[in-house]
Amino acid sequence: MSLQVLDRQIDGSFDVERIREDFPALAQTVRGRPLVYLDNAATTQKPLHVLDAMRRFYTEDNANIHRGVHSLSQRATDAYECARCVVRRFMNAPDNREIIYVRGTTEAINLVASSYGSIALGPGREVLVTELEHHANIVPWQMACERFGATLRVVPITDEGELRLDTLAGMLSSKTAIVAVGHASNALGTVNPIREICRMAHEAGAAVLVDGAQAAGHLPVDVQSLGCDFYAFSGHKALGPTGIGVLWGRMSLLEQMPPYQGGGDMIRTVSFEKTTYSDVPGKFEAGTPHIAGVIGLGAALEYLMACDRVAMEAHERDLLQYATERLSAINGLTVVGTAPNKIGIVSFVMDAAHPHDIGTIADLQGVAIRTGHHCAMPLMKRLCLPATARASFALYNTRAEVDALADALERVHGLFSGG
Amino acid sequence: MSEFSELYQEVILDHNRRPRNFRVIEHPDGSAVGHNPLCGDEITVYVDMDGDAVRDVTFQGAGCAISKASASMMTEAIRGKSRDEVIRLFDEFHRMVTDDPSALPDVERMGKLAAFSGVCEFPARVKCASLAWHTLLAAIKDGKGIVTTE
Repeated sequence: MSLQVLDRQIDGSFDVERIREDFPALAQTVRGRPLVYLDNAATTQKPLHVLDAMRRFYTEDNANIHRGVHSLSQRATDAYECARCVVRRFMNAPDNREIIYVRGTTEAINLVASSYGSIALGPGREVLVTELEHHANIVPWQMACERFGATLRVVPITDEGELRLDTLAGMLSSKTAIVAVGHASNALGTVNPIREICRMAHEAGAAVLVDGAQAAGHLPVDVQSLGCDFYAFSGHKALGPTGIGVLWGRMSLLEQMPPYQGGGDMIRTVSFEKTTYSDVPGKFEAGTPHIAGVIGLGAALEYLMACDRVAMEAHERDLLQYATERLSAINGLTVVGTAPNKIGIVSFVMDAAHPHDIGTIADLQGVAIRTGHHCAMPLMKRLCLPATARASFALYNTRAEVDALADALERVHGLFSGG
Repeated sequence: MSEFSELYQEVILDHNRRPRNFRVIEHPDGSAVGHNPLCGDEITVYVDMDGDAVRDVTFQGAGCAISKASASMMTEAIRGKSRDEVIRLFDEFHRMVTDDPSALPDVERMGKLAAFSGVCEFPARVKCASLAWHTLLAAIKDGKGIVTTE
């Protein structure tokens, strides 16, 4: 870990300006204005700590992992496995072996839907998802239900964007095999009561998969305290590189599950008559993995853990509250998703302007926001909206950037209301 | 507002606020639905032909300002034109919205449509500007159909 990160840990403060210095991409201008990056729910920027770790791997240690007898391969293997310990600490998982490297949240969910689905799903069995879910936590379950003859059911939300736990309680039964739910909604920011959902699901005998893509970079992730059975997240939404993510699963379940993909590294012995598979996690990590990505992910999670998490969450909460106030005060703007417990995401629509136009005009002022259906078309349909505009915050954002967004949106209002 | 004028010119804002020919033709000679999954724009274009010429053309739907204004201004630009003339105009329009930003549009041939020349600086918005045109071509070519920008 770099001295700089250790310093920050020691002095215990949360100095946003110092944190911004760690993120080179933030220090640029876009269309002649300082970049205001508020698209963190899509992907976060990366700290130098991560970039340096990946560069160091490629410039000094690059080799393929496992079974290599030469020094570079040993160093690469050590770094790869060492990162697994970092991930374990980050999630408070009981066992390093329960950490499975995948390409991202999407692959993690597909792995569970396909592999765990093959032993848990069948005719008469049900999978519950929610109206809040990202397509990545819908489509793999639709595919698995079709393949294994199971039924997909959808837990509704309130108009504010909160899960209807009362309805969920009535939907759970001995037929329920899996409840798949996001820790936090990418489109609205709602944080779901995972602990409560796990308790309810377990009472019905169902397993719970948590899509943690939006949570990992912002909320504490403690799989033992949450009580879930699977937890998936992507590195790139938590300051790490793209193309790498994590599936955590309970060892007792992972051991029963068949491999997801076959190939090198996931086997013990291969013959044309009979192949035997590696133990967990090797069984689920076929082929040469994204080694540099794993090392970058480890560095990103170290960086997050070195930050004062309590102060970081308070900072992001402050940005959410301030942005909600400032944006709500703009004529003709409606915030979509007003659950009391949210991460730093503000989805909104404006009377006179389509989200796509809002996004372009914000960009003309250097403000990067996302517009569209946010890979949650069923949610948009539920809210009767074709799309929303969305600002999403990370640890390095500031109140001044919220002001820049609000100013940009005032301009949108002025332009489209004919003022 | 000068920094927005390249893309959001007054004529575009005006057609967005008050789209022209924004109505259904009952029993049209041709109609097609166009969909831009990127931003959820969806429009239906209706045409009535007089032989080879466009007698009436209208549209319905919802979308961003660029797609709505483009549809509205398209309906005004093509009335009375033959199929070939419409295709030629679309080719020029398409070239204008995708070409080098420094190339000036031929205002004489493009007329009001030249207002969309600013789109070429915004590659993400080209599909918004061309959705109505793609939909129109499907309507006059096949008489019906569904097109998508993806």
